[in-house]
Amino acid sequence: MGGTFQVIREAMPQLLQGLSITLEISVIGLLLGGILGILFGLMRSSNNAVLKGIATVYVELIRGTPMMVQAIWLYFALPQIVGFYFSTLQASIIAITINAGAYIAEIVRSGVQSIDKGQVEAARSLGLTGGQTMRYVVLPQAFRRIIPPLVNQFAISLKDTSILSVIGAGEVMRVGQIIVANNFKALQIYSTVAILYLIIVEIISIISQRLERRMRVD
Amino acid sequence: MIEVQNLHKRFGTLEVLKGVSMTVEDGEVVCLIGASGGGKSTLLRCINGLESFQEGDIIIDGVHLADPKTDLNAVRREIGMVFQHFNLFPHLRVRENITLALRKVRHLSADEANEEAMRQLQRVGLAEKIDAYPSQLSGGQQQRVAIARALAMHPKAMLFDEPTSALDPEMVGEVLGVMRELAAEGMTMVVVTHEMGFARTVADRILFIHDGVILEEGPPEAIFDHPREVRTREFLSKVLNV
Repeated sequence: MGGTFQVIREAMPQLLQGLSITLEISVIGLLLGGILGILFGLMRSSNNAVLKGIATVYVELIRGTPMMVQAIWLYFALPQIVGFYFSTLQASIIAITINAGAYIAEIVRSGVQSIDKGQVEAARSLGLTGGQTMRYVVLPQAFRRIIPPLVNQFAISLKDTSILSVIGAGEVMRVGQIIVANNFKALQIYSTVAILYLIIVEIISIISQRLERRMRVD
Repeated sequence: MIEVQNLHKRFGTLEVLKGVSMTVEDGEVVCLIGASGGGKSTLLRCINGLESFQEGDIIIDGVHLADPKTDLNAVRREIGMVFQHFNLFPHLRVRENITLALRKVRHLSADEANEEAMRQLQRVGLAEKIDAYPSQLSGGQQQRVAIARALAMHPKAMLFDEPTSALDPEMVGEVLGVMRELAAEGMTMVVVTHEMGFARTVADRILFIHDGVILEEGPPEAIFDHPREVRTREFLSKVLNV
């Protein structure tokens, strides 16, 4: 057993370094994905056929293809069109952004559509414009409802960063693979990697429960 | 003055309003009665542009709703609407429910909006609830707040869409009481209602709407005591003898 702890202790600095990259990709990707998701989610719930169409194509395209394919396409295929390469970190962040964006768009759309039509009618009857109605009446209520699925998406995207090991962004899964390739301690290393993911996801889950409880008080 | 001219409203192939014409003079209280599905609520919702219509026109103080250049937001802020299900904003306190449009539409300062909210809440007898959330109020209280919210905009006319239908029986009186006071103060009101007692004692004119048309209209005594149309008699005998 002493050997096991020794292996993990030696690998830990590298793994934590990988974990920080995992978190960097997740946090930046989710922030950008959140902006993208709100934008496309609102477009999806708008009455404008063009905006709705663009958003629908985006959401279907991303949800209909595996993230691994998206990541590989971004990193290896896209440069042949645009003529320059992304770094593995950039490609990873973009992959998480567009992926989370599509799922968050659906979360936002369903949140907006779950708000009773009477709320919009009451706001419009007071003379508020469509935009004001969205901003002051619909979105504040929709956001309360979408916080739990949004946090859930955060956990999913965080775990999905492990897929990005295929393009070698240096996140924790990739670091684990490299360590195992050198020391062949697959059980110890991959178990540690799994536990690291688990700890982060549990922390998110606890924050989520607190948030939900606070929202309920209002 | 509200003038409805030959209004036609279709939902797909279903024609809900089949050529409705009516006028409401300033200070007049008009009650729309009739069986469910006859088009009463749709007519009311057309008047403040919540529903579009296919033919005819609605003219409010000279503004034509059928004119595509008409700013419906400008029309709506001059006409108050009270809904069957209150439609208060659940995430906002009573105060903010009332001040939201005052701030964003009328551009009042926070102090001015607060004063106005307090004034209107006193009018409906709910000043002490200014910091409550809608969910902390009874149905009757919520509807009175909804009335205060509409009144705070100082509308030229108030539209009521079955304002007591969703209330427990013991709360109907408090809402009708507020509406009676409004009528006595000279507010122009169009009320879709099943409260025949209210219609009879408060309305200047009753419109009986059946199957998308105004079948009969007149002062309450004429409609309730001497209805001309068979359909009106049938409807009244059903609602008055329960």
